Amino acid sequence: MSDGTLLINGTTHPFKPGQTILEVAEEAGIAIPTLCHLKGTTPTGACRLCVVEVKGARNLLASCSTPAENGMEVTTDSPTVMSSRKMTLELLLSSGNHDCITSGAGTDARELFNARAEAEGHSEHLCPSWGDCKLQEYALAYGATGTAYPRSKPTYPPELKNPMIIRDFSRCILCGRCVQACNEVQVNEAISYGYRGSESKIVALGDLPLGQSACVFCGECVQVCPTGALVDKKSKGIWRPWDVETIRTTCPYCGVGCQQILHVKEGRIVKITGDEEGLPNKGRLCVKGRFGYDFIYSDERLTTPLIRENGEFREASWDEALDLVADKLKGIIAESGPDAIAGVSCARSLNEDSYQMQKLFRGVFKTNNIDHCART
Amino acid sequence: MTNSFGEFDHAKMFFIIGSNMTEAHPVASTFLKNAVKNGAKLIVADPRRQNLVKYADLHLQLKVGSDIALLNALMHVIIEEELFDPTFVQENTEGFEALSAEVAQTSPEAMAPICGIEAEAIREAARMLASVRPAMLCYTLGITEHTCGKNNVMSVANLQMLLGNMGVECGGVNPLRGQNNVQGACDMGALPGVFHGYQSVVDPSVRQKFEAAWGVTGLSATPGLMIPQMMDGLVDKKVRAFWIFGENLANTEPDIRKVEHELSSAEFLISQDIFLNETTAFAHVVLPAAAWSENDGTFTNSERRVNRVRTASTPPGAAKPNWWIFKELAKRFGQTWPSNSAQEIWDNEIAALAPNFKGITYNRIETNGLQWPCPHADHPGTVFLHKEGQFTRGKGAFTPTTWTPPAEVADAQYPFVLSTGRRLYHYNARTQTGRCEGLDDLLGEETCDISPGDARRLGIHPEETVRVSSRRGAVEVKARVTREIPDGMIWMSFHFREGNSNWLTNPAYDPETLTAEYKACAVQVEKI
Repeated sequence: MSDGTLLINGTTHPFKPGQTILEVAEEAGIAIPTLCHLKGTTPTGACRLCVVEVKGARNLLASCSTPAENGMEVTTDSPTVMSSRKMTLELLLSSGNHDCITSGAGTDARELFNARAEAEGHSEHLCPSWGDCKLQEYALAYGATGTAYPRSKPTYPPELKNPMIIRDFSRCILCGRCVQACNEVQVNEAISYGYRGSESKIVALGDLPLGQSACVFCGECVQVCPTGALVDKKSKGIWRPWDVETIRTTCPYCGVGCQQILHVKEGRIVKITGDEEGLPNKGRLCVKGRFGYDFIYSDERLTTPLIRENGEFREASWDEALDLVADKLKGIIAESGPDAIAGVSCARSLNEDSYQMQKLFRGVFKTNNIDHCART
Repeated sequence: MTNSFGEFDHAKMFFIIGSNMTEAHPVASTFLKNAVKNGAKLIVADPRRQNLVKYADLHLQLKVGSDIALLNALMHVIIEEELFDPTFVQENTEGFEALSAEVAQTSPEAMAPICGIEAEAIREAARMLASVRPAMLCYTLGITEHTCGKNNVMSVANLQMLLGNMGVECGGVNPLRGQNNVQGACDMGALPGVFHGYQSVVDPSVRQKFEAAWGVTGLSATPGLMIPQMMDGLVDKKVRAFWIFGENLANTEPDIRKVEHELSSAEFLISQDIFLNETTAFAHVVLPAAAWSENDGTFTNSERRVNRVRTASTPPGAAKPNWWIFKELAKRFGQTWPSNSAQEIWDNEIAALAPNFKGITYNRIETNGLQWPCPHADHPGTVFLHKEGQFTRGKGAFTPTTWTPPAEVADAQYPFVLSTGRRLYHYNARTQTGRCEGLDDLLGEETCDISPGDARRLGIHPEETVRVSSRRGAVEVKARVTREIPDGMIWMSFHFREGNSNWLTNPAYDPETLTAEYKACAVQVEKI
């Protein structure tokens, strides 16, 4: 490991000690496809999709796990490399339930989806990650069709038992990104590789359902899964990548302030992911941040002002309710002074809301009796 | 927090006291665990064998409420063995002699019976803590929710100043804030003594500034009431109207029977909320508010970072943004406030009127937020405070503190110590998480967390419903028998109305901050 330069596709690029070929290429803006690689974690070299040709090496090398060396000559797009990647993709496609590629039907995932949905009369059964799948994306790019090898039958039934995460092992390519995310990113240490050979499976604590394992449902595994093997249960079938807009916001739960991407369909949040560029969380979320959004759509939401009359609430207009509040407060201030009014602001709501409330109490009522639950 | 979450993953030493980070601040804990996996040392001081203990080099399993005894004993060793930072103490602090005199009395041997930790373990912890500089000290409500909460905070600050761990990257005193915007609510002046940006109501020049800016006269120079005083005021009628915005006090304040008596005594109660709840039940008027993703605005996180919140969907029915509701009320008092959006409120008032926020405007926080202090438009924000040992008041003042026991301790009638906190799958009174599909499936009811030894002694089986009672009330909940809990202790939360720990908790307060002692009261546990 040393500082130096290497050649990638005939151009010289500097590198820092410890950088892999993949990292140098990424910095230089040279795209290398990856499936198992998860930034910031130990490379596993499991998928072999990121192979490159290195002059003098006997075989193609996985760029994610090969350190850059001074004077190295790397080719990322030679015919050998391209055909190796295509074969890898064919093997992966045949390894499970990856039926999303139709030979000769074009390379646009959305068009393929629409064509299939039309042909089959419905779309609910189509893979929930269609259009958001690295395997599909690369298969289409490399012209892999999934027909080169006989397709394996699924070894394991899906896990549908827990309320948050669908684990569809028939779509798992054993890339291990979920294992890395769980163990090296979030360090919840709930899942690992289990069994061997064709029986291989990602397992939680001796192959138990997630709910009986150390899983805390942070959903980091779902976020990093490159296929449809791990899916948000709440979003399944509702969320499709082409019919949501994404909005960045801040999580409404604890004081860490994680940056979220809201996936909004027809004015309704249907999924949340972490913003990889966002500080301080760098893409990470917890169970509440990822899955705790649908309270806003509860039927129990307050939709109109209420005024108590004869012990019961009745609906009122804003004018009526605010006039009543103003009259009552004016009366109390006139009789007992402004300090007979007190208010508690909300530590869950916006800065702008708390500012306005204290402005109301101080600047309008003329009392400093304003506090909030900082002590709870 | 004096420092930032971004420092967690490359910090070399952590001292975590009174913070159940993996459940209360899960994402922050992931960066801490990353650091530990990369070789950082971790000392966890907590009465419970909580999740972080698995990653800790040392677990100081102190008795509930003995924090000052432990911290003073650690400082005793650090001074006795000259492990402190003499340069920092000399140049950046004052009051070292007084601190030395206080902790001279608090040898590990003397404090061991109070803490329930062997003297040698305390000595070992002091040496380990001093062996790697800087160390990040993090705490949460385990420090503050005690009748000695303020002194607890002073003690952790004393320790970090003594070690010279202030004003440096990967150091500092770092309270992880509970609510998403509790930092912001403080910053915005939802406190009885300060306008936003911590500008004192007592200072005439500050009042003049706000009188001019708001176009008003006669701003009050008298600091107002804190929540417990307001609640008392409802009963003695000194407070006649009470406006509760987005708080379910009936579930979250200690001693629910007392709280409900106070709320029911209110002459005129206004509740502004997104749902009906146990508190709105006492209201005379309920105002329906927009929720989180239904309006634009900002939250400020624990590390003082002002982040954008954006609209994703419209509020239901006639529900309105909260800032609009306050503005409309002001109008009925003859005041027309010019700002008419969250951005106008922030840019034209909040930033303009507080030096610490002056450089933060919406156009600068489109992507990542900025951390205050941020005094001007070119300022990059402040990642850690007190750089080069410069404190707000000049030199950092050591404030010697003496251990005091919780207001209520276990006795023959109530032989267990109840401590309380939050669980991973819910948030406070479950107003939100209780209405999210799936979260109740992950945790559907409150439990009484009890040690295997105590459960065996009382003949209590896992999942068996037990009765937990205190001098305030009683609840019936299932027993969760777990090795997390030491003998003699019970642990619960206030997430659920049924089995809510606040039927039991003690409304005893820190005399200065009026923070309640949620973390310690005496209870009895019985088979039914």
